[in-house]
Amino acid sequence: MSAPMLKVEHLSVAFGGVKAVSDVSFEVRPGEVFTLIGPNGAGKTTIFNAISLIVPATGRISYEGRDLAGLAPHQVAKLGIARTFQNIELFEHATVLQNLLIGRHVHRRTNLAAELLFLPSARREEHEFREAVEKVIDFLDLAHYRDQMVAGLPYGVRKVVELARALSTEPRLLLLDEPSSGLNVEETDDMAFWIHDIQNDLGITVLMVEHDMGLVSRVSTRVLALNQGETIAEGTPAEVQSHPAVVEAYLGTAEAT
Amino acid sequence: MQVLQVVISGISQGLIYGLIALGFVLIYKATETVNFAQGELMMLGAFLGLTAVTFGMPFWAALPLAFAGMWVIGILLERVVLRPILGQPAFTVVMVTIGVGFVARGVVTMIPGWGTDTHALAAPFKGELVRAGGLVVGMEHIVVIAATIALSTALYLFFRFTRVGVAMQAASQNQLAAYYMGIPVRRLNSLIWGISAGVAALAGVLLAPITFVHVNMGFIGLKAFPAAVIGGFGSLPGALVGGVIIGVVESLSGVYLPEGFKDIAAYILVLVVLVVKPTGIFGETASKKV
Repeated sequence: MSAPMLKVEHLSVAFGGVKAVSDVSFEVRPGEVFTLIGPNGAGKTTIFNAISLIVPATGRISYEGRDLAGLAPHQVAKLGIARTFQNIELFEHATVLQNLLIGRHVHRRTNLAAELLFLPSARREEHEFREAVEKVIDFLDLAHYRDQMVAGLPYGVRKVVELARALSTEPRLLLLDEPSSGLNVEETDDMAFWIHDIQNDLGITVLMVEHDMGLVSRVSTRVLALNQGETIAEGTPAEVQSHPAVVEAYLGTAEAT
Repeated sequence: MQVLQVVISGISQGLIYGLIALGFVLIYKATETVNFAQGELMMLGAFLGLTAVTFGMPFWAALPLAFAGMWVIGILLERVVLRPILGQPAFTVVMVTIGVGFVARGVVTMIPGWGTDTHALAAPFKGELVRAGGLVVGMEHIVVIAATIALSTALYLFFRFTRVGVAMQAASQNQLAAYYMGIPVRRLNSLIWGISAGVAALAGVLLAPITFVHVNMGFIGLKAFPAAVIGGFGSLPGALVGGVIIGVVESLSGVYLPEGFKDIAAYILVLVVLVVKPTGIFGETASKKV
């Protein structure tokens, strides 16, 4: 078995006296879709925030063998980790294309002078970026919205734009925070196909938080179930869904019967 | 001919407003907050320039020195006062900058040699006149006009084409998302406060031959603010156009309208613009439309 891409060991996050995540460990292997499930407040998004280094956590998180401790949040993107958000965080007063081009920020190599004078190196880079972004636009069928302002787009489209921006950074690990929330059945269906293609065609490893069990079963390689900040089960989607602790967490105890 | 002369002096006065308004726009573009201490930063810059000249430095050496000095002060300001409130609502930042303005005025009166007196700053070009076809413009105005146009062009190119400039605008729209795009949000915030304070210093030193150096000279910012609003707050060319419009309206109303209109003309204009075109002349949403 290949070495893990992302390794989370004994991760704990506390907000004041509340333990949002306590002693959670898991490994994401290259090429898989690894999904975190659990009821609201289980700590799933907090784990994402800890990996992104925007909440202080104890424990160890390493990516491709490298400890993330000591890095600044903006350096995470440079390592090849991208993310989408549960509540969509886009640059609202910019077009779809501009949003995706910002995704190329980490790949800029030109210096200030070359950019100001628009030297051949800057021009070449600009072309490369546009090509890379156009590929993503094709991949996610966004051509129709290319030049529209994000602020005016419907929710479902914005969700896809956010995914497109994350892909524009050319990540090796993609964190998806509830990719199907707020989407209708048809859009969720598209999302499932895209996640599948992202894994198989683009070769990107996916770490996902998701509530829609249908989507989870369709795309996940492995699933980790959390409840109140603690791991309760890990395995294939089918194994985890039938695990008694998971059933209990979602449906309550069987006392009444 | 008289009308033309009035318009010309309006334009040159207006570009002064525009120069100060650039500072407002810079901070707004990069952080989507308003720095109400912009006028005071300009005042501090003017005092730094004045001090340098008093110690025997030539005017043209005092200018970059004041720029560098205020750059450092801007960065310190960001680090000490603004970074702790990063992520708070824009209103919090506005209140803090108003406070910074008060503190700056207070501190200046306590510094020996600065105090509450009015100081003259000797510039080599002071008093020279440029005549063209019966029109007269003071050399000190020409310098301001040239500096304003050069600065706004440079800043426009910076925001339009450079990675850092584009990243600043992205961070102003969504700090969280900017982090995930690999943008060092804090470092850029600090940089923009440095740039903005530096621009304020240039404005202050260049204005000094025209308005004198005084602890309350920052109140001219109250005219620059409407200039930025009229231009559309996030737009650099808008700041200049807004400044010129206010300057011209002001000087025309000073000559042709009853006493008192000169001082309120700018605000009347802002009200009209806000009613007719709330985003300002070069409003962001309009310029970014397909």
